[in-house]
Amino acid sequence: MARMNMIQAINSAMDVMMARDPDVIVMGEDVGYFGGVFRATAGLQAKYGKTRVFDTPITECGIIGVAVGMGAYGLRPVPEIQFADYIYPALDQLVSEAARLRYRSAGEFTAPITVRSPFGGGIFGGQTHSQSPEGIFTHVSGLKTVIPSTPYDAKGLLIAAIEDNDPTIFFEPKRIYNGPFDGHYDRPSKNWSAHPGGEVPEDYYRIDLGTANVVRAGNDVTILAYGTMVHVAMNTIETLGIDAEIVDLRSLVPLDIETIEASVKKTGRCVIVHEATRTGGFGAELSAQVQERCFHHLEAPIERVTGFDTPYPHSLEWAYFPGPVRIGDALKKVMKD
Amino acid sequence: MSDASRRSNLPPLALHVPEPKFRPGDAVDFADVTVPPVDAARRPDTSERADAFHDLAFGLVRVLDMDGTAGGQWNPRLSPDAMRRMLRNMALTRAFDERMFRAQRQGKTSFYMKSLGEEAVSIGAAAALADDDMCFPSYRQQGILLSRGCNLVDMMNQIYSNRGDKLMGRQLPIMYSEKDFGFFSISGNLTTQYPQAVGWAMASAAKGDTRIAATWCGEGSTAEGDFHSACTFASVYRAPVIFNVVNNQWAISSFSGFAGAEATTFAARAVGYGIAGLRIDGNDALAVYAATKWAAERARTNQGPTLIEHFTYRAEGHSTSDDPTQYRSAGEPNAWPLGDPIVRLRDHLIGLGEWDEARHAAMDKELSDQVKAAQKEAEKNGILGHGMHQPFDTMFEGVFEEMPPHLREQQAQMRAERASAGVTVGGNL
Repeated sequence: MARMNMIQAINSAMDVMMARDPDVIVMGEDVGYFGGVFRATAGLQAKYGKTRVFDTPITECGIIGVAVGMGAYGLRPVPEIQFADYIYPALDQLVSEAARLRYRSAGEFTAPITVRSPFGGGIFGGQTHSQSPEGIFTHVSGLKTVIPSTPYDAKGLLIAAIEDNDPTIFFEPKRIYNGPFDGHYDRPSKNWSAHPGGEVPEDYYRIDLGTANVVRAGNDVTILAYGTMVHVAMNTIETLGIDAEIVDLRSLVPLDIETIEASVKKTGRCVIVHEATRTGGFGAELSAQVQERCFHHLEAPIERVTGFDTPYPHSLEWAYFPGPVRIGDALKKVMKD
Repeated sequence: MSDASRRSNLPPLALHVPEPKFRPGDAVDFADVTVPPVDAARRPDTSERADAFHDLAFGLVRVLDMDGTAGGQWNPRLSPDAMRRMLRNMALTRAFDERMFRAQRQGKTSFYMKSLGEEAVSIGAAAALADDDMCFPSYRQQGILLSRGCNLVDMMNQIYSNRGDKLMGRQLPIMYSEKDFGFFSISGNLTTQYPQAVGWAMASAAKGDTRIAATWCGEGSTAEGDFHSACTFASVYRAPVIFNVVNNQWAISSFSGFAGAEATTFAARAVGYGIAGLRIDGNDALAVYAATKWAAERARTNQGPTLIEHFTYRAEGHSTSDDPTQYRSAGEPNAWPLGDPIVRLRDHLIGLGEWDEARHAAMDKELSDQVKAAQKEAEKNGILGHGMHQPFDTMFEGVFEEMPPHLREQQAQMRAERASAGVTVGGNL
């Protein structure tokens, strides 16, 4: 075991997989010699060489298109998109190609690629360094979408994603790269040293995709969250003294609906929290599924605490971000009924 | 708003919107299409620097003159047997196209796309590549599959989406996938295969393999962003890939001017990327062969990518859903100055005393019978619309390697829906 922050854990996952499998290659803008703008690939090129870890031209559609071709050859590429906000030029390659390749070729060709990309807000990133586009990808048949909330999960999930033979979008909440964030932007930031999720085995281990994690058991209300929002929700209920059960989804597709269903049937209440904008967001899918499966157990309408349906603002970030006040209000509302 | 009074001394700007020379009803005269003699283009060493290809990117590599004689530095001097094989594969492609086009008109399938007039592009390339080089085709290179010996019945099964379709009825007709024949799964999304081919080639190079990749798109598709990203990647990593731009003058109803042809050639795109660029007579199977052979050698010796513009003409409609008489002159295909690729190679072989009209007619008859027999065989597996050829619940398979819970649930839901409608898994719709 070692103490790692999320960046180190992600780096460790790639290191472990590159050592185990000569077909794993890492590519993206600034990931090679420099080691990535967030240092996630630091040291990998020196260790594994330029033909396995290399810098690319600034063309997201090219990065993913090339990765799909490499996957068709038999490699296992781990391309990086520097910010999730810049994944859109690659959408055609992800939606039309990577996601469909196995299906349309009846398994002749596959795209075993893992697209890593920092996502989420809370860092004064403004419109193009803060977005949470997971809902765009969960809507695509054939893609898996994974979002960790701790260094331990990040490494185990990333290893599972790299080993997986299906294309996976791996969104890394950059707000919690260096420490868990409780939503109180005006307090000193924490690092991972005191958090149990910062204990990370140095060797190989995996967390299966499609398994949620009940990070706190509770009886009064279920909070469905992922990424940074897991920590914000945890702090909120501790502050308010609410006995909530917090389910960290970890993987949106495939979704661990059994764990969600069991939790909501137990608590009878459900609050969904995500940074992404509200309309058509993944919270809508969660809400619909909970309603379908737990209708007779629900004691209050399902609440969604999300980003507003606006582009991510710069100076107004803390009014926009689903922080402790907004989550607390939603919890009080469902608890009142 | 600009200050109109202050700018009134400037001439008004004018937006240029390209217009093809001939529209329906117009008389066609291709006199302005330059067709240089066969000895006009030099054949450089395959290691020549990419910045030295200006003349070849704007010229036209040709081997077969219009009178059927072969000449010039690019003459590959193929054996008569090799040329007869190419002739046969072109004729087979044409026969296959004709038969399947008719099958669509008879309502046996939903869709088809011919490659009439462009057969040399596929057949010349397939003859020059190694069988295990990986092809990333567009939808109009069926000649590669036929050259490589893909079973006609298998191809037709795909077109009919029938019981024998190994793509399980999931794909639109002609979107083949034939890994065993080095033929990458065709996508409806244009030019996506370009960066994929580069990635495959980069992987081959990274692994120290000896195989190369080749990819095809139409001139219209060069306008896609993926074309640019592919060229950049190929140049940066010196990827062992051959880019083929099939300039057949038309992208559905849009003439090549809408892809930029009024201002430059498509081969010239290569120059800006630092890629070797060749513009060739795409109706000359020997020129296609020679250029592909050259580009393959360049790629195989780690000299990097080549872009080949195949100057040709789409003699038929874009697809069975298209009527070209609505946007271009019906006289164009026959007036095209580079002629018909099959006729040209046939005449060349006849000129050499290696072929004759009677043998050609006999070959056409034999190929027509072969295609007809294959069609009969394929139709035993069903045609589109006549019943359900795949169990309906297979549509959930293969989305992922293992079916996740939500798809298992939807599959079960569908079974229940079908059952309540009185349909069994293998039964009729």
